[in-house]
Amino acid sequence: MSTDVSLTFSDVSMIFPDGTHALDQITFTVDPGEFVALVGPSGCGKSTLLRIASGLTEHTGGVCDVPRDSIGYVFQDATLLPWRTVQRNVELLGEFHNMAKAERATRASDAIELVGLAGHEDKFPKQLSGGMQMRASVARSLVMEPKVFLFDEPFGALDEITRERLNDELLSLFRTKEFAGVFVTHSIAEAVFLSTRVITMSARPGRIISDIAIPFDYPRNPELRYEPEFAELCGDVSNSLKVAHA
Amino acid sequence: MTETVDRSIEPSSARTSSAEPSSAEPSSIETSAVGAARGSAGVDDAANEVPSEVAARTAEMRQVLDRKRARDARLNWLAPLITFGLIIGVWYFISYVRMDEVRRRTALPPPHQVLTDGFLVWHDRKGIRPILESLLVTGRVALIGLAISVVLGIVVAIVMNTAKWAEKSIFPYAVVLQVTPILALVPLLRNWFGFGIASRVVVCVLIAIFPVITNTLFGLQSAQQRHHDLFALHGVSSLTRLTKLELPGAMPAIFTGLRIAAGGCVIGAVVGDFFFRQGAIGVGRLLDNYQKDTRIPELITATICACIFGIVIFAFVGWLSNRMLRSWHDSAGADT
Ligand SMILES: Nc1ncnc2c1ncn2[C@@H]1O[C@H](COP(=O)(O)OP(=O)(O)O)[C@@H](O)[C@H]1O
Ligand SMILES: [Mg+2]
Repeated sequence: MSTDVSLTFSDVSMIFPDGTHALDQITFTVDPGEFVALVGPSGCGKSTLLRIASGLTEHTGGVCDVPRDSIGYVFQDATLLPWRTVQRNVELLGEFHNMAKAERATRASDAIELVGLAGHEDKFPKQLSGGMQMRASVARSLVMEPKVFLFDEPFGALDEITRERLNDELLSLFRTKEFAGVFVTHSIAEAVFLSTRVITMSARPGRIISDIAIPFDYPRNPELRYEPEFAELCGDVSNSLKVAHA
Repeated sequence: MTETVDRSIEPSSARTSSAEPSSAEPSSIETSAVGAARGSAGVDDAANEVPSEVAARTAEMRQVLDRKRARDARLNWLAPLITFGLIIGVWYFISYVRMDEVRRRTALPPPHQVLTDGFLVWHDRKGIRPILESLLVTGRVALIGLAISVVLGIVVAIVMNTAKWAEKSIFPYAVVLQVTPILALVPLLRNWFGFGIASRVVVCVLIAIFPVITNTLFGLQSAQQRHHDLFALHGVSSLTRLTKLELPGAMPAIFTGLRIAAGGCVIGAVVGDFFFRQGAIGVGRLLDNYQKDTRIPELITATICACIFGIVIFAFVGWLSNRMLRSWHDSAGADT
């Protein structure tokens, strides 16, 4: 069950062909079992960094060492295929990797159960609410049991209540899984609540400005959000972001 | 999960009311009026018993909606029927009031004569039978042409979709095909494909393939970047990308093309009958014959039959499209 998968970025820079300098010398490591939250102003290159990590975008400088064979990537949109039912959407990655039909189906059912969508297997995406679509998207990424998890503001479009619910469930979901993850968000509370570390980034070109450890043990319960220590950490993150905007 | 969407007012209102023990008779005049108007037992009476005004309002709104829907449904067949009656009336008027006997016979015989000399005559050489037989011929040409257009059109679009240069090098010729008048191609087609059925099918394909190509290509290219990213992330082959992303996503557009192509094939098959007269007699040739022999009731019968045939094909494609796309695609239910 344990894993030795880690992500390493050293001096990663990105300059797009049109001259946009998106990332500047990003250096950090995500150790096995760590879940790092990435916070920064809009347009500072967070999505770009995840795309580089996953291999979707070629970076222009530095070294990016991420095992690519087992990546779970949850995009900002649910990116479900509208012509497939929930069940078939969750099975998609299994089809990509030639998983046997029966195994694909059981794994998908398990994942759907896990994210709380049991009973909605035969619905099409347009019949689901935004939150339910996101659950389906998370279920899809679970099927291949990835060792590296990348989240790009997955709950950014949802309301606060739904988002907190999904955060709670995400934590309980991953309690048993071993992986290294990066979670991009623009919600400071979400970052602190979910992660083992919060890294803040400056406005473009994106640089790392702080790296704040979050010492709370897992499992974390929802009331953690009202603890003074929690508020203090949120304050720290917020302060370092103010520097970013200055 | 708290997010389960409860769209239906109906069951919830029924639930609340059934939980309530049936209390006194209608309390207010307003709600009782609503109950009486809706007339039936069960949910309606129950809604009447809900003390809140909300239930009454909901029932009222639903009733208004129901009535509107019924009115719309009635309008759907009533309006065309009235138009039909008007057309028949004008037809009689022109035929009997505006024309003398000779013109009536050679230009516009009255509607009942179209029935007695056309639709209601069952004979080897007269009336509806040769017309139906010719429609069978024309229909076969149209359907073969449509099948070829769809298969070939989709294949060409897929080829064009594989590379920008392929698209650039094929597209101008597709346009040329589309804008060339069929009449200008008739002599060549005669040389290449002969005077019979084959040339008629080619005419259909020439007319129908362009909308299939353009719509399919548009559909294939409308796959979203975020979906492409998802596929790229897992290093899938371009064949997988085609079969699991681009083609399924293109289905609504393909059906749009198919619908245009179906109409085009019917026209193409009838037009082809005029020019390529060897082999089985199609409805186009029959129309021509009837016109030359002044068999006007049969001419009108054949024209109407050709119309109906076109409508049937068009409606069938619409039905098929609706059936296949309705479950996931929003616009699918909107047309037909
Ligand atoms: N393909 C691209 N070509 C040029 N510029 C890009 C491209 N993708 C992103 N950018 C730019 O790079 C910057 C960082 O983008 P992004 O990583 O999406 O920011 P974030 O996710 O932090 O909001 C933005 O200014 C954006 O406009
Ligand atoms: Mg982003």
